[in-house]
Amino acid sequence: MRVLTPETLDDAVAMLANEAATPIAGGTDLLVHWPQRLADHDRTYLDLSRLGSLRAHAWSDDRLTLGALTSYWDIVTDPRAQAELPMLVAAARTVGAIQIQTRGTWAGNIVNASPAADGVPALMALDAEVVLASAAGEERVRLDGFYRGYKQMARRPDQLVTAIDVPLEPRSFQSFVKVGSRRAQAITKIGLAITRPADGWRVVANSMAPTVRRCPSVEALLDAETPTTSPGGFAEAIRADVSPIDDIRSTAAYRERVMARALFYELAPVCPWIGGGSSA
Amino acid sequence: MPPRSEPMRITFTLNGAEETVEIDPAERLLDTLRYRAGLTGTKEGCGEGECGACTVYLDGLPANSCLVPTFQVAGRAVETVESIDPTELGSLHRCGATQCGACTPGVVMSAAWIMRHDGVLETHSIRELMAGNLCRCTGYDGIIDGVREAVERGAR
Repeated sequence: MRVLTPETLDDAVAMLANEAATPIAGGTDLLVHWPQRLADHDRTYLDLSRLGSLRAHAWSDDRLTLGALTSYWDIVTDPRAQAELPMLVAAARTVGAIQIQTRGTWAGNIVNASPAADGVPALMALDAEVVLASAAGEERVRLDGFYRGYKQMARRPDQLVTAIDVPLEPRSFQSFVKVGSRRAQAITKIGLAITRPADGWRVVANSMAPTVRRCPSVEALLDAETPTTSPGGFAEAIRADVSPIDDIRSTAAYRERVMARALFYELAPVCPWIGGGSSA
Repeated sequence: MPPRSEPMRITFTLNGAEETVEIDPAERLLDTLRYRAGLTGTKEGCGEGECGACTVYLDGLPANSCLVPTFQVAGRAVETVESIDPTELGSLHRCGATQCGACTPGVVMSAAWIMRHDGVLETHSIRELMAGNLCRCTGYDGIIDGVREAVERGAR
């Protein structure tokens, strides 16, 4: 194993232009069961931990900018985040426990590209944009267009995620739902991040498809205020939007059923056109 | 051909004193602490960041040392369970918070961190803050009671 230890962002992108290396920040995904993963010991890593300028997050009039090294805990402990983007704090508090939240980064959650990522759906439902830097320059990609397939994303190997921009705009609804085996230290079986900015609903699901993804059919039902009297009213749209599987954590049938129920019971209190019927 | 591993020389602050170690780049902080520094109070449980038995403070924040590559602690401060005053958390004994002891060093680290940062209790419950420490013997109520008693005594 070899470790590259850039001291500046310029050095970091120059190193990535020069050779293949896996960026490492908090290590909470890369080091899981590390002693058994000998093949991964034979790689080159780019240590980001010395790039102090990537740690801070910053608020401006129209956006929150997360640095590449901003951790979940950095956001959990920021009262402004709790006030303005409560869903982001809610999502962060469901990631592992404090020992993970202090180390895990939002950017790492994005590029690890797990379908079960909990930070990604919250960011995606907030219309976040990923900032990628390379020796060739900077590029911005909307997070809802970032994933191309299972673990496939719009990041070239020579690019480094340097920031994540979250637009600040009026949202009449923000909600994060995580269904796991238990409240803490669980990996998501069914996850939802739902927001309502001025131009229409955002519904993002995790652990329901090969990538975290938006659910355009569900969003269309909500935008049209389609009367929905039971959770089953979402079933067809859910089947159009996601493709859950049977795996060690759950089954496709359970995931579809619970996603419908989560949508129904989260939204019924705020959407007059949802509810009123029997529960299914 | 896989990249060649060259040892790395790392200097960091360990329980308040400067420590320099020569490490394999693939080494975890957990192993550096136990097998190079001889601080075996930090335990390995799951090796995947779930059980919290290997909890240390990295620059003052709780972290699972099984998920920290040692090269990342260069120039930073690491504190282990050996740095905790054993009289600080007698309440864990009184409340039946420990049985086999495997989780206890991690429990002690999380508990002592809460005592020293009790402002966090304005937003978090003790139970949520202790959720990263799994115990398979006693159940959690004894642990929560012991932490609460320690925090309340500390506040007086």
